[in-house]
Amino acid sequence: MLIRKAPDLKYSEVTPKSAYLNRRSFLTAVGLGGGALLAGGAASELLSPSLRALAGTKLAAVKGPFNTDEKQTPYKDVTTYNNFYEFGTGKSDPAQNAGKFQTSPWSVSIEGEVKRPRKITMDEILKLAPLEERIYRHRCVETWSIVVPWIGYSFSALIKQVEPAPDAKFVAFETYYDRKQMPLGQWAGISFPYVEGLRLDEAMHPLTLLCVGMYGETLPNQNGAPVRIIVPWKYGFKSIKSLVRIRFTKDMPPTTWNLAASGEYGFYSNVNPHVDHPRWSQAKERRLGEFLKRDTLMFNGYGDQVAGLYGGMDLKKNY
Amino acid sequence: MNGLNKFLSQRWVKAPVWLLCLTPLGLLGWNALHDGLGANPIEFITHATGDWTLRFLVITLAVTPLRQLLGLPALIRYRRLLGLFAFFYGVLHFTTYIWLDKFFDLAEMWKDVAIRRYITVGFAAFVLMIPLAVTSTVGWIRRLGGRRWQLLHRAIYVSAICGVVHYWWLVKSDVRQPLLYAFLVGILLLWRAGAWLVDRHSRGNAPGVRREMPTAESA
Repeated sequence: MLIRKAPDLKYSEVTPKSAYLNRRSFLTAVGLGGGALLAGGAASELLSPSLRALAGTKLAAVKGPFNTDEKQTPYKDVTTYNNFYEFGTGKSDPAQNAGKFQTSPWSVSIEGEVKRPRKITMDEILKLAPLEERIYRHRCVETWSIVVPWIGYSFSALIKQVEPAPDAKFVAFETYYDRKQMPLGQWAGISFPYVEGLRLDEAMHPLTLLCVGMYGETLPNQNGAPVRIIVPWKYGFKSIKSLVRIRFTKDMPPTTWNLAASGEYGFYSNVNPHVDHPRWSQAKERRLGEFLKRDTLMFNGYGDQVAGLYGGMDLKKNY
Repeated sequence: MNGLNKFLSQRWVKAPVWLLCLTPLGLLGWNALHDGLGANPIEFITHATGDWTLRFLVITLAVTPLRQLLGLPALIRYRRLLGLFAFFYGVLHFTTYIWLDKFFDLAEMWKDVAIRRYITVGFAAFVLMIPLAVTSTVGWIRRLGGRRWQLLHRAIYVSAICGVVHYWWLVKSDVRQPLLYAFLVGILLLWRAGAWLVDRHSRGNAPGVRREMPTAESA
């Protein structure tokens, strides 16, 4: 068995792409006519790199388990068609508005029913376990889907480190929220900070990913930088972005979309073609880039791995 | 405004207006050919054609208030054209749904219409526009008689309201856009209600004019 050493690299030392793009545009500017050019457009691009800065920095990862061999969705589609309501409710809003989102320094607070509550920094997260590439199907509750090569490791690796107390039955997650950095959030019609949750056994499942990158690079801001959760057998809104808090709890934690419309979004929200959203059918989905719709698979095709978690449960009631 | 009114009365002006009304479709086509419809083109087309249906419904409803407020009676010459373009974009919207979303599975469509309330009202808004489009000709005005024709064509009020409700029930949480359309349609319908009240009042008080209906004040 190949055991790779975790990358010996500090997150804060990773040169942001914006920095080296900046340097290049600076050299160009100087080359073309020196300081005079620094006025106007070139200067503003230098001072606040916009869309070009969104792409990430290279991350080395080994091939992980559970990979699908389905065709991967183009990077451009996955990074320009997003639901990240803190940055606007239109699909192209996050790509346009998340460019200046500050993701460094970053730490995640681990709290609640746990033996070792602590703050864990991005550097520690990157070194906690070997990074793996996991190519997963991702199905949005809005009936579109994508196939993404995520980078991360099973969330269980982190859980084992902090040792949940015997009372812990659920894990609650919270997304970073800052009105100043996310001024469009006030129009989203849902309350922030965005919160989500999993049952502890769901969170412990090896499919559940603590995700720090995709397509061989760190996560772009609009995709939930710098660290997020991926739960591939549930609708996309369960896979919380830009994670800042993990709380182990006795009781089922509140979740944002359930608070907004409890009849439409349940705590479990497993992908299920037989249980329709009240306003639309969930039987089919459109894979981005495809013309015809395809059938949606039970548990998004991960039934062999996760069906056992829900033995004896009425999935129509526990939607 | 008199000059503008004269300008609008000229026959040839209809041609550029007609072309202007086709611009949204042209842009959609241009974007489709130049990879400009984003990651989910079918959704983009569905939303764009739906938006333009609502916009043309609002523009059509604005004709009567505007011609009175601005003193531009010639605007009436464009009402049929604008209303037919609302129907045109409605047809495109419906076609996108039945073709690119349902792939002509009529059983699925009827299921949607029956149980998904946003589709029920959207479908109603569309179906209500059909008789209006059919009877939009001078021949049909003559056949029905002005009064009955006008009564029939008030169905556009219902169609516009259903269109706004359709949009409102569709969005997940951010209702700003549907709210804007609701506001516009609301203003345009309230203006009509106001005009009707003023009209009734002035007729009631005018000497020598027979009151059409007995009113509370007259009792």
